[in-house]
Amino acid sequence: MKNSEIWIAFYTILVREIRRFTRIWPQTLLPPAITMTLYFAIFGNLIGDRIGEMGGFSYMQYIVPGLIMMSVITNSYSNVSSSFFSAKFQHSIQELLVSPTPNWVILLGYVLGGVARGLFVGFIVTILSLFFTHLALENLFLTVLVVCLTAIMFSLGGFVNAIYARSFDDVSIVPTFILTPLTYLGGVFYSIDLLSDFWQSVSLLNPVLYMVNAFRYGILGVSDINIYWALVMVSVFIVVLFWYGLRLLNQGKGIRS
Amino acid sequence: MTYAIEISDLKKRYESGFEALKGVNLTVEKGDFFALLGPNGAGKSTTIGILCSLVNKSSGKVAIFGEDIDKNFAKAKQYLGVVPQEFNFNVFETVFNVVVTQAGFYGIDKETAAKRAEKYLKELDLWDKKDVQSRMLSGGMKRRLMIARALIHEPEVLILDEPTAGVDIELRRSMWEFIKGLNENGTTIILTTHYLEEAEQLCRNIAIINAGEIVENTSVKALLKTLNQETFILDLDQALPLDWSIEGFNVVLNNDGSSLEVEVVKGQSINRIFSALDQANVNVVSMRNKSNRLEELFVKLIKG
Repeated sequence: MKNSEIWIAFYTILVREIRRFTRIWPQTLLPPAITMTLYFAIFGNLIGDRIGEMGGFSYMQYIVPGLIMMSVITNSYSNVSSSFFSAKFQHSIQELLVSPTPNWVILLGYVLGGVARGLFVGFIVTILSLFFTHLALENLFLTVLVVCLTAIMFSLGGFVNAIYARSFDDVSIVPTFILTPLTYLGGVFYSIDLLSDFWQSVSLLNPVLYMVNAFRYGILGVSDINIYWALVMVSVFIVVLFWYGLRLLNQGKGIRS
Repeated sequence: MTYAIEISDLKKRYESGFEALKGVNLTVEKGDFFALLGPNGAGKSTTIGILCSLVNKSSGKVAIFGEDIDKNFAKAKQYLGVVPQEFNFNVFETVFNVVVTQAGFYGIDKETAAKRAEKYLKELDLWDKKDVQSRMLSGGMKRRLMIARALIHEPEVLILDEPTAGVDIELRRSMWEFIKGLNENGTTIILTTHYLEEAEQLCRNIAIINAGEIVENTSVKALLKTLNQETFILDLDQALPLDWSIEGFNVVLNNDGSSLEVEVVKGQSINRIFSALDQANVNVVSMRNKSNRLEELFVKLIKG
């Protein structure tokens, strides 16, 4: 395929992915908006007032970056895992497989579809948070960079999950039993300074902690971890997951017999 | 000579150990109307799956318009349009979007895609359904939608896997007229079908596959010439005695003697049967083949 044709194929996949999650907005965009509003109201306002300050900010301000990041992580992941698995399930993935679209374009199209949903939901949650608190933006470039890299990384994770999934249960196992605990224990609601040395060390093994803190640093200017280390780690994860996802696609794992 | 499809020593063993293809050799000429026949599990779908990249081959060579799929699969895929047996489009997309999105996967710009979508959806009587979600279509419409989708990049070869399964007679005929038109305009057609009379009427060349091997690959005419016996059923205006017979023919009467089944060997004249019936003062009111000629051959070849 010529470069112009490859671009059209990529654009087609991306537009189709965006069309999918906007068409089913009551399932994709509305739930995180409602859930996060409840978080803001209950944890931020009702309970947060009694907790007091954290990292030099009100509890509400402290948890907002984490909650935005939590929305981005879960939505970018689940968009790709459910979309690609649905395509496998109803065999519409064959439309792409019979076409000359290169596998790396298929992967990129699905991943950026997930990124689009992650960022869109992140934007909605950010707007909603402004009804509850004031957000100062410390470092715009870092904030955007971290949220984009995180969305890419978890979209890739969702893709690998969908490749291996054989049933809809398999699509929900990772988010429920791995992603959610990692996110809740990834410093969304607290600073790891509150933990004992042992649990601080354990927390440092959680990749979500780095993303949440890097994002929080971009917005509030406070972090529990080294930002550069966080960026390097996310970048390495992206490279490894992209390579692995592409390898699975080239092998036809789960999609070719 | 460059063939539309050239398959040599194609083998496929699934992870379960099942050997679906045991060294298939097959060529399809450009512009041909080709039938690939075989019983369920013979290897038809596996062969087609390998051609269009849905199945990984174990070994062997496949070339589409001279392009080796191991060396330049992207180019080879450009030549192929596939209409699978099962519906495989996104059922929540509109008819128009299903077709235009497929064009995008082939790198066709939006404007060209929209024009072609209109052309093929109109030709296949789906234009008035263009904004309908594809899940709302009837079975026949869904099948026509898959044909329109397969044609959107105007392929040189169109593969149709059981395209008329579950389609009513009228629609089936109109689909065949459409596909015949494509073939007359130069598109190579490869089809698998269980309706053998369709293969007999439409196809020029034929391959019969059984248990992963090609057991016959020739022209339909040449194949039919090998048929050395046909069975006719004659409906009579009055009953014959059940022990009625005629020398040189194997004759079977139905329970009340009003219908006669007679086997005629190639070269044998059936005039003698009419003469014998005339002498018995019995008239023939209708006459037909007991089964499709190709079907008889097919069964014979498969049984080995």
